[in-house]
Parts: sequence; C-alpha cells; structure tokens
Amino acid sequence: MNSGQILSKPIVEMKNIVKRFPGVVANDHINFKVYPGEVHALLGENGAGKTTLMNILYGIYRPDEGEILIDGRRVEIKSPRDAIKLGIGMVHQHFMLIETLSAIENIALSMEASFINPTESIRSEIEDLMNKYGLKVDLDAKVWQLSTGEKQKVEILKAICRGTRILILDEPTAVLTPSEVKGLFKFMRKMVKEGKSIIFVTHKLKEVMEVSDRVTVLRKGRVVGVMKTSETNENELARMMVGREVLFTIEKPKVEIGRVKLKVENLRVLGDRGELAVKDVSFIVRAGEIYGIAGVAGNGQRELVEAIAGLRKAVSGKIIINGVDVTNRDPKTIANLGVAFIPENRRMGYVPGLNIAENLILRCYEQKPFTIKGVLNSRAIREYALKLIREYNIVTPTPEAPAKTLSGGNIQRMILARELSGKCEVILAAHPTYGLDVKSTEYVRKLLLRQKERGAAILLVSEDLDEIISLSDRIAVMFNGQIVGEIKSDEADIEMLGEMMAGIKI
Amino acid sequence: MTLTLKIKLERKHEEARILSLIYTIISVLLGLLVSGLVLAIHGVDLVQAYGIMAFQVFGTAIGLSEAIVRAIPIALCGIGLTVAFKAKMWNIGAEGQLLMGAIVTTGLALYLNELPRYIMIPLIFIGGFTMGALWGIIPALLRAYFNINEVIVTTMMNYIAMELVRYLIFGPWRGAKEWGYPITDEISDTAKLMAIPGTRIHIETLLICLISALAVYFIMNKTVFGYEVKVVGENPDAAKYAGISFTRIAILSMLISGGLAGIAGTGEVAGIHHRLRYPESISMGYGFTAIIAAWLARLNPIGVLLTSLFFGGLTVSGHLMKMIFRLPVAVVNVFNGVVLLSILIADLMTRYRIEVVLER
Repeated sequence: MNSGQILSKPIVEMKNIVKRFPGVVANDHINFKVYPGEVHALLGENGAGKTTLMNILYGIYRPDEGEILIDGRRVEIKSPRDAIKLGIGMVHQHFMLIETLSAIENIALSMEASFINPTESIRSEIEDLMNKYGLKVDLDAKVWQLSTGEKQKVEILKAICRGTRILILDEPTAVLTPSEVKGLFKFMRKMVKEGKSIIFVTHKLKEVMEVSDRVTVLRKGRVVGVMKTSETNENELARMMVGREVLFTIEKPKVEIGRVKLKVENLRVLGDRGELAVKDVSFIVRAGEIYGIAGVAGNGQRELVEAIAGLRKAVSGKIIINGVDVTNRDPKTIANLGVAFIPENRRMGYVPGLNIAENLILRCYEQKPFTIKGVLNSRAIREYALKLIREYNIVTPTPEAPAKTLSGGNIQRMILARELSGKCEVILAAHPTYGLDVKSTEYVRKLLLRQKERGAAILLVSEDLDEIISLSDRIAVMFNGQIVGEIKSDEADIEMLGEMMAGIKI
Repeated sequence: MTLTLKIKLERKHEEARILSLIYTIISVLLGLLVSGLVLAIHGVDLVQAYGIMAFQVFGTAIGLSEAIVRAIPIALCGIGLTVAFKAKMWNIGAEGQLLMGAIVTTGLALYLNELPRYIMIPLIFIGGFTMGALWGIIPALLRAYFNINEVIVTTMMNYIAMELVRYLIFGPWRGAKEWGYPITDEISDTAKLMAIPGTRIHIETLLICLISALAVYFIMNKTVFGYEVKVVGENPDAAKYAGISFTRIAILSMLISGGLAGIAGTGEVAGIHHRLRYPESISMGYGFTAIIAAWLARLNPIGVLLTSLFFGGLTVSGHLMKMIFRLPVAVVNVFNGVVLLSILIADLMTRYRIEVVLER
C-alpha cells in the first residue's frame, strides 16, 4: 500500500457533482478525490452512476452542478480533448478502435503524430512503453485480428502514450480472461508506483480488494462510503454497494402456490463471444410464485432469459413451459404460449419510430382483432391502445404519438402494458426497474405482484437485492453461469446474498 | 486566444410535416438554381432555359406525354424502392433489375413469337417481374445469410446486367435483319404494348404503375407485412424480439423492389424500343433517378408518382437543351445530384436544430 503518498494533495477533486438525465439523477452531489500514486476503485452496481461520473471527468458530459479541480486548480473540461490536455486518459468499456487499421495506426491517430510517416515516428516510443509496462501487442496486426485482451492493451497504450497522469479504466476486467486480468493488475501497480493515478471502475469486489489502495462506493447516484482498501473487507463493501434501505415496504400478497409453469433443466447457453455463458442451470417456477435471480450483471442472467424467450439457442438442456417443451422454439411460438418478456435492454422492447399504438401490438399484431386476413384493423388497434394507455397510466397526448417521444418511465410502462395485458402465464422480467425513478419503480413492482396474485409464474432477474428480497418467494444467485445457491426469501440475508454474488461462497 | 466556429446538431423531437414540405420545395428550387449556374457557364440564356423546362415540357401535350413516358420506369422502380428502403435494404440495383426485366421480355418476345397476344402480354410482364425479383433477391440472400453489404452487391449487379445486355446484343441475339448493328431483331407485334394514340405512352405499363402505387401504399400502411417491414427497418432487435424473421422481410422487400423494376424493363422493351439495344439506351439511368424520386417523395409510393413525373420532365428538358443549346445531357445528371444533396440537407434540417456557435 502506498499509504504514505495519500497524505499528499489530491490530483483530482470532484466537488458536489450533479448530473441529471430525463427522469433520473445519475450523480447526486458526488464528492470524489484521487491522490497521486494510488489505484482508486470506484465501486457500485450497474446504474449507480460510476460511468456517468467518469464521463464527466473525461469531458464527455458536462455536469449540471459542481466543480472539478485538477492539481488543486479549478478546470473546465468541455471535451475529451481538454481532458487529455490535463493528463487524463480513459479506456472505455466498449473499445473505441478502428478495426481495419493496425494497432500502431490506431495509436498514431490518437496522438498528434507527425504528418509524414506517423506510425514510424512514434514506434520507438510505443515500444518503450510496451516493454516498460509489459503490454505486449503486435503493433502491425490489424485490430480486428486481435483478441479482446490485446485490443484493451492497444486502448491502454493509446491512453498512456499521451503523457497521461490519471488513467480511468471503465470495467476493464469484464472482457478479460483470468490470466489477462493478472497482467492488467501488474500493469496497474507498475503505473502507480511511478506516482501516476488510476481510477478503476468496477462492480467486482474481489478485484477491488486485490488491486486498489482506496475505494469509493456509489449507490443510486450517491457516495455511500470512501475508505482505504486495507481497512475494509468484501462483506462490508457488498453491504454498502447493494444498500439496506428499502425503497418502500411491500405487502407481499398471500398467494396459493400452484403447479409448475416454467421448468428449466440442465440448460447450457452460449454467450455473444461463443463462451459457455449458462452452465447446467436447472430450476422451476410455479404458478403464483416469484423466483428471483440475483447476481452481478454478466454472470449469465441475460443469456438465460434470452434462451427461455427463444431469442438465443440452447446448446443442451430443456425449457418446459406449461408442460410443453419449447427448447429452441422461435420467440413468437413461445410468446403465444403466454410468456411475457420484459427485456433487459429496453431498446429491444420497442420501436422508437413507430407510434405507441403500433408498439403496443408488437407481440400480437398478427392476432384477431388487430389483423383480419393479413390486413390491420386500425380501429381495433386504436381502441386497444387507448385502453392500455388508460390502464397503465402512460402519459401521452395520443396513441399516434411516436414512441420515441416518451420518457424512460413511460416507455417501460408501455412495454409492461403490452407484455402483461395478455393471458400471461409466465413472466420473464429482466431488470424491470433498472434506471427508473422511485414512482415508476413502485408502479412496476406492484404490477408484478398483481400478476403473481393472478397466478402467473414470474422469473425476476435483478441486481437490486432489495428488489429481489422484497418481491421473490425463492431466490437463486447466479455466478459465473451457474446457480451457486438457492434460498427462501424469508431466510435470505443481504450479506449472505452479497457474498454469493461476489462468488465468495460457492 | 483562439476562437473556433462550431456547428452543433440537436435532435428535434417533433417531426414538422409542413416544415419538411417547405424544405423539400426549397431543396428542389436550390437544385434548379445551382444547375442553372452550370448552364450559365455554358453561356446559356437562363430565362430561356427555365422557360423551356416550364413551358415546352410541362406546358405542351407532346412535352407532357414524353415526360410521362420517362416517368413510368422511374416511378415503377421508385415505388419498389420505397418498400426496400423502409426495410433499410439499400437497393442501389434498380437499374440492373430493370435491365434483367428487359432481357427476359426480349427473349420471350423473340422466341415465343407464335403465342397469341392475350397470353404474350401477361407473360412478358410476369417474366419481367420474376427476373427483376430474382436479381433483387440475390443480394437479399447474401445479406441475410452472410451479412454481405447489399449496397455493394446491388451496385455491382448493375454492371453484370449491363454487360449481359451487351453480350446478348453483340453475340447470340444480334439481329439477323439489322445490318450488323448491335441490336436484336424487332419483337413480334403480339408482344408490343398499346400506346395512347399520338404519344409513346404505353397503356399497360402505365396502368400497372398506377395500380402498384396504390397497392404498395395499402400494403405498407394497412397490412401485417407493411408493419413487419417497418419494425425490421426501424429496430432489428425489436423485430427479433417480436419474432419477425429478418431474412423473410429482406427477401420479400427486395422481391417487390426488384420485381417492379423488372416490370419497368418490360415496359421499355415492349412499349418503347421493341427490341433490346445498348443498356444506356434502354434505361437512361432510370433506376438511379428512382432513388432520388423515392427520397424526394419521403418514401410515399403515391408521392413517387409525382416526383417521377418531375424527373421525367427534367430528362425531357435535358434532351431539349441538348438539341437547342448543344449541351451535354450530363447537365441533367448534375441537376439530379444537386437535388439529392439538397434533399438530404433538408432532411437533416427537419430532424435537427442546427446551431452555429463561436467558442473560445
């Protein structure tokens, strides 16, 4: 630990930063300090406001309130160019590389390399950096030929070759293999030894403990704790990260649990990169029951839900809905069996350019009375839309307004209205309240409970432990593609769940 | 201290229809003005030139009828393109699809010349549609199964079609009675379309064109298929979620687009030329002009009828200018290009608020 250096003046100081987006306060009076020579972990769940804060520091967003001090001097960071001038570099979660150019060409692009022969003029400088920090990459390979880990090295080289003193790494380990993670950490330690600072944005507790000197924990846009890593532990961090306060108390209705409606058996599903994302998962959900799946995002939940909805092929295993084997059937067939799906990615759930009425029939447009012999019945569609708009309090002047004019909360209401208004037997709810304000969150949760009373079987995926505990009957924790534990919600303990989510107790 | 001029684009939420119309008209006028500059450089009297455009073309019966003759193939291609473009299938290949329709029509008319008229006429239209559709489906399949960019494939397939026409007229189909010219023999009378007396307007194609504009309008706005096309075009992820097959929509939209272009080819051979000849003579870039006509009509198939008539008239006035002022026909292409650019800018202006700011 470099505790000695922590006594010096902070290199970055963000004071009372506020950033609002329509319907959400992403950063709510955040104070954040980084000292020279430290790895500072910025910890929080998805949506806690970590990336927003870093985008402000890097000049991508402008804060609504608050100020930024670099080396104790107040600065205005209007664009990444300003940030770079101040010595701030950032490696984004999604790489910003030009795939068809070589690694060194990408680096030269971001530097002000000489006009003539730009790549050769910087080659020796880059090679020095590679040797010094152990960031070996084939500089002449085209970026598309590189592995994800190598692409990240190129991004890092891009960021540090400009005399960066403050390096922001946004969720850098999410895409890496364990051995690549080790290499990355080695590089990080080397860099801070030279008195430079690294801001390490993550939601993985283990990594915070392993590599950071200090940690700032964010929750729902606020700072909930700042401490030395050596003076805390994973349990405490988990507790802070997921929080204890409940948004509102929910009266869980007493519902008779019925027969099995959704059964998943030894399911294996591939992820986007061809890796096994869901590994032999089995569970059942009964009528009137909410089965919660807790876990840090990226542990196979998305792939699991998409496989059940028919959007992703299962490699092996079975999915049975109401006694019907639907493994690898198409999404329409599955929806017609009464499966409602509230997707994690809201972009997937609606068509911005179509109007609200057209969006409300997205999953049943072929059925009567909306379509008769292939022709749309606009009156029936309009009436149906008016009914749902009223029932679900969607705020809009008319059903003919384009869906893109709605706010985030209203878009989610529109999606829920569409998904829950049919005869839904099974509901797949992925992060249904993600990014919503308190009022909409409460509304969504009530809707789910109403469906439970109706006898629907609900699969609830969420990172929000409060939500999981207060809504679910049984809770499973997913880690690394597997269900690592299943408990009844009245026996659930937020600390225990937090540990399981972090992969501590397996 | 340095000052920088920055142009900021901010997305507007409401789409202003009236504003969009105004900008469209302005963009057309701007196109006329800028191409007027080109005319002026050639020493043409602008008043006389615009006069020809307005009065000779749209003000006389013969001018108008010729404008309609050119408008028919542009409209058929353009109507089809509205479907493909709504599905975000960027079909740049209407020209080639038209030529393939022309080839099949010539072949059927030359080799099945004993068929009676009432079988021959439907047959050549069906043949033209089928061949054009086939030429359109190939890029759709490549896109759906191998994710090969349809812009490149459709563009390149234009050249294949052009060379195929050239091969046929220089090779196997070169006319026996044509003194060695690279054209085919004249097709049999049973395959020739009816013309409105005193004009070259071929009635059958004109009717198909009008009907298909109405049909495509109905399909796109009132049917399940039109709905699916819009969902796929607007948000492919949502289409997947709704269980709409991208492959199916890609194929069907390109089938309609290519098929209608193929019918345009049938019309040109059976209604105007009565034989196959140089590809540049069969279609004077109708398939490309149709792209602009479709955009200018904001992808409304009925609007395409109007914009096609406009571009048809423009082509005719280009010919008149060529004769009167001895100008290259390329002036018309200059105009088309300028109008397309102006429309795209107008589009940007309707969708974004543009701010020019000085920053330190």
